[in-house]
Amino acid sequence: MFTLLRIEIYKIFSKPRTYLAFAAITALILIVQLGLKVDGNEYAAFVLADLSNTLQIDGKIINGYFVCYVVLQLLLVHVPLLIALIAADMISGEANMGTLRLLVTKPVSRSGLLIAKFLASAVYTIILLIWIAVLALFVSMYIFGTDDMFLLKNNYAVQIEKADIFWRYAGAFFFATLAMLTVAALGFFLSQFADNSIGPIVATMSIIIVFTILSTMSIPIFNIIKPYLFTTHMVAWKEFFDVKLNADNETIAGSLQRGDKIIKSAAILVLHIVLFVGASIWVFKKKDVLS
Amino acid sequence: MKKYCSILLTLFTFHVSSFTSKAQDINQLVEQVKSKLNVVNDYIAEGKMKTDIAFIKAPVGKIRIYFKKPDKFKLKRETGISILPKGGVTMNIGSLMTTNDFTIIPAGDMLVNGIKTKVVKLLPLNENSDIILTTLYIDEANRLVKKATTTTKENGTYDIEMTYGKFSQYGLPDKLIFSFNTKNYKMPKGVTLEFEDNATPEEKANMKNKKGKVEITYSNYIINKGIDDAVFKN
Repeated sequence: MFTLLRIEIYKIFSKPRTYLAFAAITALILIVQLGLKVDGNEYAAFVLADLSNTLQIDGKIINGYFVCYVVLQLLLVHVPLLIALIAADMISGEANMGTLRLLVTKPVSRSGLLIAKFLASAVYTIILLIWIAVLALFVSMYIFGTDDMFLLKNNYAVQIEKADIFWRYAGAFFFATLAMLTVAALGFFLSQFADNSIGPIVATMSIIIVFTILSTMSIPIFNIIKPYLFTTHMVAWKEFFDVKLNADNETIAGSLQRGDKIIKSAAILVLHIVLFVGASIWVFKKKDVLS
Repeated sequence: MKKYCSILLTLFTFHVSSFTSKAQDINQLVEQVKSKLNVVNDYIAEGKMKTDIAFIKAPVGKIRIYFKKPDKFKLKRETGISILPKGGVTMNIGSLMTTNDFTIIPAGDMLVNGIKTKVVKLLPLNENSDIILTTLYIDEANRLVKKATTTTKENGTYDIEMTYGKFSQYGLPDKLIFSFNTKNYKMPKGVTLEFEDNATPEEKANMKNKKGKVEITYSNYIINKGIDDAVFKN
């Protein structure tokens, strides 16, 4: 299994398009960081305009932790495309090149082959997220320094103390990994049904775009189906950045306002991963491989 | 007729002399409070600040406050971001009373937290002053300001309530509660990028409480040791 995994990882990282994702991520993050470095105070003034009518907020609002949050909010919507680019190509790419039939003639089980392929795309996903973490979090911390986080929600604002933030990012990135693995599993599953990569990649992205729009629209009829869409649960990483209050209206360090929501959403995403990968193995085992 | 006139004149004279006497008493009381505060040329205070605003979740933070006569004031949170009511609120009675640029009007007596106080209204003489009116509730026996209500042109009305302890001989409080009005908070989703609304109706109702409070509990004062003016610059 380990040899199979190594081969699949080698295949992924020997394709130039794999590095496109890293280049795109790097460019996007650096652009956001440059913008906030140059005009960060104007951006802070814009987002705090409503509060500034009654309150005076002093401190380093635009700091590394805040910048990372902004980057993640912008980026985690687009990263699925980069994940789909690889995961949806895992089977269909082989079929397109005519190597799939050859591959299944090798003395390895189809289940083992599929698991190795999925694990390889999972490794790619995790490396991509680590790269995002390095650039968005650590580089931002280096450029902008650190301070408390002051975040604006729809109905309230939250201030999280500096010492209480880092573990939240660890949790958020772990959660983001689950969310992106769900996208990878979906792309991987759709990859079974085509002989070229374009179809599964576009199908994966189309599903994510449609589901995301349904998840974000505040229209009552869509509220019924929202809990059943995995895209609704993919954004639960933001829950790491909300804190509970005690009876005296003071924030409780180390607390999560909706920890139950994080656990529930994580469980739903894991279930999706298992279902998509399980379905992929089931389909592939029954598949008459002709290409 | 002559008799009625003389009674009216006597009453008027009595009323005027009584008011003059009251005004003199109040002026004397304000002067006594001022002279107590005037002993303090500068101070550095350490303490904790709690921001209690319905729509803001903020931790209690350690703060350091710098004051220098006549009205230099700076509040610094030891680490992190500080949230204060707008308007450069000095949270300091000293800066309200360091000038003579106001008219003093006596306004009777009132109980503040069970303590009998003299109510004094201060009307600024300077028309350009942001402060329209300040009402002080002075504990006559101890010559301490227990409460102040200030109405400003730009930032509405705010109350300051003070509790005194070991630094009462300087007129400096151990605890200060600053109350002010806030506006409703509602952020566009395009700004927050939060498209899901998880708050329950109960939570939303609680967030509409329009009164905000900042509580400062002082642990120590360093008085008249001198402060560099650079501290007050941003």
